[in-house]
Amino acid sequence: MKRYVSTHINGELVEFLTEPGQSLLSVLREDLGMTGTKEGCNNGNCGACNVMLNGELVNSCCVLGVEVNGGELLTIEGVADGESLHPLQQQFLDNAALQCGVCTPGFIVAAKALLEREPDADEARIRHWLAGNLCRCTGYDKIVRAVLDAAAELRSAPAHA
Amino acid sequence: MQALDYQAPATLDQAVAILSEHGASARILAGGTDLIIQHRERRRQVGVMVDVKAIPELTAMGWTASGGLRLGAAVACIRIYRDPEVGRRYPALIDSASLIGGMQIQSRASIGGNLCNSSPAADSIPTLIALGAVCHIAGPRGQRTIPVEQFCTGPGANVLEADELLVALELPQPAARSGAAFERFIPRNEMDIAVVNAAASVVLSADGGTFEAARVAVGAVAPTPLHVAAADAALAGKPVSAATIAAAADAVRAAARPITDMRGSTAQRRHLAGVLATRVLNTAVERAKGSR
Repeated sequence: MKRYVSTHINGELVEFLTEPGQSLLSVLREDLGMTGTKEGCNNGNCGACNVMLNGELVNSCCVLGVEVNGGELLTIEGVADGESLHPLQQQFLDNAALQCGVCTPGFIVAAKALLEREPDADEARIRHWLAGNLCRCTGYDKIVRAVLDAAAELRSAPAHA
Repeated sequence: MQALDYQAPATLDQAVAILSEHGASARILAGGTDLIIQHRERRRQVGVMVDVKAIPELTAMGWTASGGLRLGAAVACIRIYRDPEVGRRYPALIDSASLIGGMQIQSRASIGGNLCNSSPAADSIPTLIALGAVCHIAGPRGQRTIPVEQFCTGPGANVLEADELLVALELPQPAARSGAAFERFIPRNEMDIAVVNAAASVVLSADGGTFEAARVAVGAVAPTPLHVAAADAALAGKPVSAATIAAAADAVRAAARPITDMRGSTAQRRHLAGVLATRVLNTAVERAKGSR
């Protein structure tokens, strides 16, 4: 039997019906049309489906839709401020930190979760934090540089955070 | 999607009642990082997911009257290592909690779930054994308590009956002049299953020159994580020296009965068991002396 769920996604109240076994990732992509969050491995290894749930970074493939009732979600669609890209998004573009782009939303949400908590994160910390996000195109260096550059930008203009 | 029910009981009694009604088709949902995937990939038949994150006893983390740590079975790894006092008293627990999966896993996955999944390579179990942790288990016949080293019975198997659930882990207060550590070997930097892992806790004499007591545990070298009592015995009452630690490492190698698989060979695993036992004992001694 479908369950009724009421939750906040990117600051807006969203209601949906979900089968008990349906993943949050499936709810977002297939029922709510929020396809910015990507499906990669669908088994908790790759981080492509990363969202923030109640302030913590999670793999949305490893969360049931029914579990987010009453919660607060941030997805990649909530990272930009209208037409104005978040510094992480702009730095991913400026550093060419993506090729196919499937992993990119997950990396950006994961990096945002890190920089909100640890604005001074250094390269070693960034690499450690992003260990749960896999990229098969870039070799990671450009991604790490983009996060470092965004961190520096956010430290000088923290209003973006 | 397979038909599945979801229930989120608010009390332990309600959870036990659901388990009693549904038997083995009811599965406990804590972090979901194993169960949701097993269900989706049809590696496990699940009729009811019983979300225990609304039950206070399973989500609480706090100190016992005797100064130990009571860790609710559903407490996420991230909550454990963000608590500075837990980290100060149980650094070995932080060693384990901070390397199970990536950040996305640690924000949901629990130590209780790691134990109940009962992998021979589980990264929290050697630490729990070394620290002398016990399991509090609830069921329709009441509560029972067993040491962690008696919990697992084989790969993916444990002592829980179909109508029972793990409520909490209880770690005794660390003794004065004690220290503990955990390490694992993987061929990557992060995000891998242990080829071998090991943990040790030691209590030193007042002058720091003698092992008063020790507990050594090793994982991924047998069908269950092993408590190596022969290693404990090789340390207790002996001088703190490389020779004593080498004797304990010999005992660990002797107790290991590893298999060869995609992650490592029998010989490599037996060798690594000795190497890791040596390393965790050295770190445990340093921590007992307050230097790490």
